[in-house]
Amino acid sequence: MSENLLEVRDLRKYFPLSAGLFSRRRGEVRAVDGVSFDLAEGETLGLVGESGCGKSTLGRAILRLIEPTAGKVTFQGEDVLSLDRRALRAKRRQMQIIFQDPYASLNPRMQVGDIVGEALTIHGIASGSERRERIVELLRIVGLAPEAYGRYAHEFSGGQRQRIGIARALAVIPKLIIADEPVSALDVSIQAQILNLLLDLQERFELTYLFISHDLRVVKNVSDRVAVMYLGKIVELAGRDALYKVPLHPYTQALLSAIPLPDPRRKKRRIILQGDVPSPINPPPGCAFHTRCAYAEARCREESPGLREILPGHFASCHFAPDVGRENAAS
Amino acid sequence: MMTAFRDVARNPLALAGSVTVGLLVLVAVLAPLLAPYDPSAIDASLILTAPSEEHVFGTDELGRDVASRMIYGARISLSVGFVAVGISVIIGCIVGALAGYYGGWVDALAMRFTDIMLCFPTFFLILAVIAFLQPSIWNIMIVIGVTSWMGVARLVRAEFLSLKEREFVLAARSQGIGDGRIILRHILPNAMAPVYVSAILGVAGAVLLESGLSFLGLGVQPPTPSWGNILTAGKDNIEIAWWLSVFPGLAILLTVLAYNLLGEGIRDAFDPRLRVGRGAKS
Repeated sequence: MSENLLEVRDLRKYFPLSAGLFSRRRGEVRAVDGVSFDLAEGETLGLVGESGCGKSTLGRAILRLIEPTAGKVTFQGEDVLSLDRRALRAKRRQMQIIFQDPYASLNPRMQVGDIVGEALTIHGIASGSERRERIVELLRIVGLAPEAYGRYAHEFSGGQRQRIGIARALAVIPKLIIADEPVSALDVSIQAQILNLLLDLQERFELTYLFISHDLRVVKNVSDRVAVMYLGKIVELAGRDALYKVPLHPYTQALLSAIPLPDPRRKKRRIILQGDVPSPINPPPGCAFHTRCAYAEARCREESPGLREILPGHFASCHFAPDVGRENAAS
Repeated sequence: MMTAFRDVARNPLALAGSVTVGLLVLVAVLAPLLAPYDPSAIDASLILTAPSEEHVFGTDELGRDVASRMIYGARISLSVGFVAVGISVIIGCIVGALAGYYGGWVDALAMRFTDIMLCFPTFFLILAVIAFLQPSIWNIMIVIGVTSWMGVARLVRAEFLSLKEREFVLAARSQGIGDGRIILRHILPNAMAPVYVSAILGVAGAVLLESGLSFLGLGVQPPTPSWGNILTAGKDNIEIAWWLSVFPGLAILLTVLAYNLLGEGIRDAFDPRLRVGRGAKS
């Protein structure tokens, strides 16, 4: 594995809950609660979890679109969280984001050419006819006709809009792209097109992806490694094949068992989780998953299991991870 | 945008309002062509004559043609309305944009200042200010503008609060685009729809304020004709010359009504909930 492009250490984002006339702090929502991972250059890390588990907040906190509460983010050996405004603006060229909702992520009052090319002007990358050529080239790369240049976003379909968003992210020649549910809002038939486009671009421009999704099948298609999030924490992190074949965390097992199979005659054992995700305002003590876990014992209610390397390159945060894995392989 | 125009055209009241506003603007622009007489031509032989074929709205206490004075007065009323609203929209947008975009103590400071401004009864504040200044038309415009931006500021702030969290704004930030450009190019153009409505309604208020000030002698000064100061003359002679009060009064009423109808029509057209109710496509 080559050098790490991105290193995230113990990243936290707590949203304060204030109430009353004088904004007393009543508590906090622990959206991201101590997340650490590395991202090697050219790699794709899939990040999965239910809605509300903090995936998107994590992505945005890494880019400082939301200021993290604590932790450390190192990008190309530089501490992102200590950059001042100027340095951060310059650094942002290297880290881009693609959003989930292709309708909300494009300014309705700007022409596509300006949406894609604004950063070219801002960073002094290109101007005049050179800028126009660059924009047309970018549109071509993502599979849009040059005529798109003078149109407005609402004249395009969801898939085309997502292509515009991708062209915008590519315009600044980034190293890292955080794809925040880039295909969740699209039809299944369009999803494959956009995923293939992202994979092509990765090869062509040597991009590194943090691919956030709640769809385990999509993540399996694009990722080299996969991280599973639950209540603001990474509960399992492993190579894609290892994670999908031998999940070591009970939560991952439950998620994987919920993937629908395309063959209606094949039966498989489903793990149905009881209850709801606990509130991140008042997370349960010990292991956050113990309230819904089939393996939970007294120890889980008191002692929080850290993310441990159970097998080489395979991390899980469960006291009983090895047993869980063995049992899973047996069943 | 086109749908909004169509919706205004379909609403008979709003249509009437926009036609009236259009006519008023036309009258103001073409005043020298339309006015039958010089508005300040004094004729001692025609003092307070009743409406007739030569003088359709009669003449005033100096024998001037009321119709001509009102046509020129339309210029004053509308220009005061537009300029004052222009000033208030600019101030309101700046205050609202900064408060909404930066939040925190900037927001607290700006909004408390807005609240303080709202505490003053505008009319008395304006009277007090005018008492210290020369009551010229420019001062009137500035004073009305400076005392009526608070509604716009609140509207713009509210729009900014919701728009700054939208993904296209986050995308702009993630590209390293600066705050100033995000405010001006990404958020403000998307925040203007309610401001337009408020501005049109604001013109009605400004016209009314100007008339009130001129009526009290603190607005546009004679001999410059304004609907308000024609009314003042009307008040002194109301028992013998009803036309001096009735026609300018009606003009003010009609203008304010027209702007209100137009403003409300546009507001309804911009309101997507009402549009869904009528089953039209956005």
